[in-house]
Amino acid sequence: MSFSWAKPYEPKQPFMRWLDERLPLPRLVYGAIGGGYPVPRNLNYWWNFGVLAGLFLTIQIVTGIVLAMWYFASADGAFNSVEHIMRDVNAGWALRYIHMNGASFFFIVTYIHIFRGLFYGSYKAPRELVWMLGLVIYLLMMATAFMGYVLPWGQMSYWGAQVITGFFSAFPLVGEPVRVWLLGGYAPDQAALTRFFSLHYLLPFVIAAVVVLHIWALHIPGSSNPTGVDVKEEKDTLPFHPFYTAKDGWAAAAFLTVFALFVYFAPNYLGHPDNYIPANPLATPAHIVPEWYFWPFYAILRAFTVDFILPAKLWGVLAMFSSILILFFLPWLDKSPVRSGSYRPVFKRFFLLLVLDVLILGFCGGAPATPLYVAISQLAAAYYFAHFLIILPLVSAFERTLPLPDSISSSALHGEKKEAAPAGITPRRGATAIAE
Amino acid sequence: MRYILGLVGAVFSVVLLISFFSNVSTYLTSPPPATAEEEFHLHPKHLSLASDGPFGKFDKKQIQRGFQIYKEVCSACHSMNLVAFHDLEALGYNEAEVKAIANQWQTEVPTVNPETGEASTRKALPSDRFPSPYANETAARAANNNALPPDLSLITKAREGGAAYVYSLLTGYRQQPAELIQKFPASKTPQGLHYNPYFANLNLAMPQPLTSDGQVTYAPGNPKPTVDQMAKDVAAFLVWTAQPDLENRHAAGLSIAIFLLFATILGYLAYRQIWYEAKRAVRITGPLEPENQAKSRRAKAKQGVAG
Repeated sequence: MSFSWAKPYEPKQPFMRWLDERLPLPRLVYGAIGGGYPVPRNLNYWWNFGVLAGLFLTIQIVTGIVLAMWYFASADGAFNSVEHIMRDVNAGWALRYIHMNGASFFFIVTYIHIFRGLFYGSYKAPRELVWMLGLVIYLLMMATAFMGYVLPWGQMSYWGAQVITGFFSAFPLVGEPVRVWLLGGYAPDQAALTRFFSLHYLLPFVIAAVVVLHIWALHIPGSSNPTGVDVKEEKDTLPFHPFYTAKDGWAAAAFLTVFALFVYFAPNYLGHPDNYIPANPLATPAHIVPEWYFWPFYAILRAFTVDFILPAKLWGVLAMFSSILILFFLPWLDKSPVRSGSYRPVFKRFFLLLVLDVLILGFCGGAPATPLYVAISQLAAAYYFAHFLIILPLVSAFERTLPLPDSISSSALHGEKKEAAPAGITPRRGATAIAE
Repeated sequence: MRYILGLVGAVFSVVLLISFFSNVSTYLTSPPPATAEEEFHLHPKHLSLASDGPFGKFDKKQIQRGFQIYKEVCSACHSMNLVAFHDLEALGYNEAEVKAIANQWQTEVPTVNPETGEASTRKALPSDRFPSPYANETAARAANNNALPPDLSLITKAREGGAAYVYSLLTGYRQQPAELIQKFPASKTPQGLHYNPYFANLNLAMPQPLTSDGQVTYAPGNPKPTVDQMAKDVAAFLVWTAQPDLENRHAAGLSIAIFLLFATILGYLAYRQIWYEAKRAVRITGPLEPENQAKSRRAKAKQGVAG
């Protein structure tokens, strides 16, 4: 699709020729993830996480469909039906633990994928739509994960639903009616549980559809790369298959090994013990916390403690939603023509600060709301907004970037370990040199 | 648009900083009072069980002893509505023994009299779950000073600290420290509650269930039933009731981890093999090749040129 030297599909077997003439599905696959998609040859391992995210989406859909065969979306029976899966269904505990930890791992790989995009400027022209579709996927993932967490109908499910739908009531006038309408009642109950189940089953397929758009939009300019320099000639690229299928393949096996260690040896490490207590509308847990992947946003929500013109709760909700929405404007906030952070010394420092900042926000969001943690998250949240909306535009206007390499293949001369090394900076000694 | 967004960022940041300073000043002018819970709550003691760790397996003899404690002590108040009598077969009881245990269970199972249709009770069957000693929540609260004894099926998964928490709670009852009452007179243990530093708010409704050594008589060949031993045994039993899958999980996990590790190694070797030619192909000799750079540095040094 993307480059003139992309190999066209040539059916080798008569059946494939027959099929290709009638329905060019093999041609589509070949051009998308086969030998017909040329990819920059210098991608590093940060580029593996997109494929891994696709893998985890598949795992979640497959295990989810089987779980739904046993799950019973009823306020009286949901909790026990999950326990029935855990105790009586053949390998039900494995299915359920894979699905439960799979959600966490889906977020882990997605966060790495997002931060890779942030560092290497993958959101910049001509890939703005790739970035924005990715954010849409991320928003859909958050909605799906939240509703999935409600389904076991444990204490955290119930109170999480209570708190998160409560966001809407922060808005004046319309807020409370909207909340009641969304829940189908004044508090989470049967109506909310049934609709959450219905949507939890629907949204993954919407995600899959947006993933198709995400990949489609990506394949127009082709993948970015660690130097951020555009592909110029055939030498700069390698066909996706077999080169990147091989690289993604072994990375996927390695990552699944880590995943398996969690599923089989620490399945509840990432969860909260309170969710093994059946939902009880009359007993509020001491600390209501969402799943770990929402902690940074939860910290931003709780950081607003002063009624300044608007009520604090409304500030919190607005800021929490904005913290993701501003990412949609990123291609226009960061106008630096240099994509890769490797060639942007000032940007690189602020990027590392942002990573640290989000980790601090995450930690504070998971911790109880003591004055100390709230104070830390206030500073961290202030930095978060300042980073994207003030610092990034200024940096991109004033920064002096390092000289870029002439092309991907001249950068790749350093050998794979230093493939992203900026030109003009001596690669580390001992970088492989196989003389021709 | 960048200015508008910059303004949005500035507004959020400023409100956050206002919040921060008001928060800090409140903290400095009126720091939150210390509480008895903060100072006297203890984290669970260390407990090591056979089921711990990635290769952990159940110690069936210990779990059988734990079941005996549940039967003779805990089940007077606590239900276990996710575990059926026939699940006990996994602990090494045979079918006849399970049938006898169900048949002799102290609480009968609610049913309907087939002749009159009136509510009635019958003896438990192996397919029944462990019945609750109370007819309903109201009855349970009425009998327990308005506290509800929780179902124990999942208790080691549903509490921070798991089995160690159960063990610590059961062995943690003591006199309320005089120091605590002196410092926090309002936190004196109320009538009808019992002081236990392992409980989140220090006072719980459950009276000490394991009170003296030898409270339960173990069959010959078992360790002495001290309070500590009984608490450990019942904690081990409650690990099994919460995760009967544990042994299968560990065994499956081991083989899957080995399989995936092997797949990773093979995949890595295949990757190296496939990329071998590609890596050679790009390594044409260029000015940035480390060898050439070293060469040019040497040449420059020879001529006395700086840089």
